[in-house]
Amino acid sequence: MKFAVIVFPGSNCDTDMYHAVKDELGAEVEYVWHDATNLNQYDGILLPGGFSYGDYLRSGAIAQFSNVMTEVVKAAREGKPVLGVCNGFQILLETGLLPGAMRRNESLKFICQPEELVVENTSTIFTTQYEKGEVISVPVAHGEGNYYCDEETLEQLKANNQIVFTYRNNPNGSVENIAGITNEEGNVLGMMPHPERAVDELLGSKDGLKLFQSIVKSWRERYVAAT
Amino acid sequence: MYKVKVYVTLRESVLDPQGKAVMSSLHKMGQSEVEDVRIGKYLELTLQKGDYDLDEKIVSMCSKLLSNPVIEDYRYEVEEVVAQ
Repeated sequence: MKFAVIVFPGSNCDTDMYHAVKDELGAEVEYVWHDATNLNQYDGILLPGGFSYGDYLRSGAIAQFSNVMTEVVKAAREGKPVLGVCNGFQILLETGLLPGAMRRNESLKFICQPEELVVENTSTIFTTQYEKGEVISVPVAHGEGNYYCDEETLEQLKANNQIVFTYRNNPNGSVENIAGITNEEGNVLGMMPHPERAVDELLGSKDGLKLFQSIVKSWRERYVAAT
Repeated sequence: MYKVKVYVTLRESVLDPQGKAVMSSLHKMGQSEVEDVRIGKYLELTLQKGDYDLDEKIVSMCSKLLSNPVIEDYRYEVEEVVAQ
């Protein structure tokens, strides 16, 4: 399984993401620049954190019209796993691949600290290696991670089991303590916490590694075991 | 040429923590009559005249990029200006 880490001008967690996949997970991975017009050779797409295009206008807003996002939308429609972390999540929201939007943190402060997350759904391709209700420690680092959606959307998220991670101690004011959601099909995951920064005990936690292992395992079961 | 002035604000139903912080600061300076503060963005676009529907074009730009309809509202004003 081969991953692409999409790099926008202003991405700054791309190296962490690359390291997590290559060195900790042990999978193939390449950086892909934002003006790329083809992602066919990749099986999984990773949108890293940072401040794409300087977060001008709104976080993630400018990125939605980059060449590569047309291809990311295509990959998502084809059912490939797409993971957006932090600014990557904001880009997925602005692009419309995930419902809702981000507001400034309730405290108006940039928060950078480990957070306890509850794994709410273990049937997604991103979470099969976790236990339902498992509490994991994953760091957050954001100023705009206050997830918002209207009542109707929230009901849909609940009904379709799209809420994958919640905060135990909501740090930013997100609706329903939401830390991560998938699309209806379950192949696109956006989350504010950084699993790529929790892949080794040296980093304080390796709870994020199972997320990447889940993606690979699901992919192998679908494509390798079948042939 | 047209000069289009676009005002983007958070929707009424969405809490504006920046606005709240500014309001509390205004109260501290003694402006107790202030009941609400909403912070938004102001954009000025200059457009060439042409064979297009101006309102349709502005609405398209506002709803797809300049504002996020999930959390923001917008309104705009149009002025005709002479090209310099």
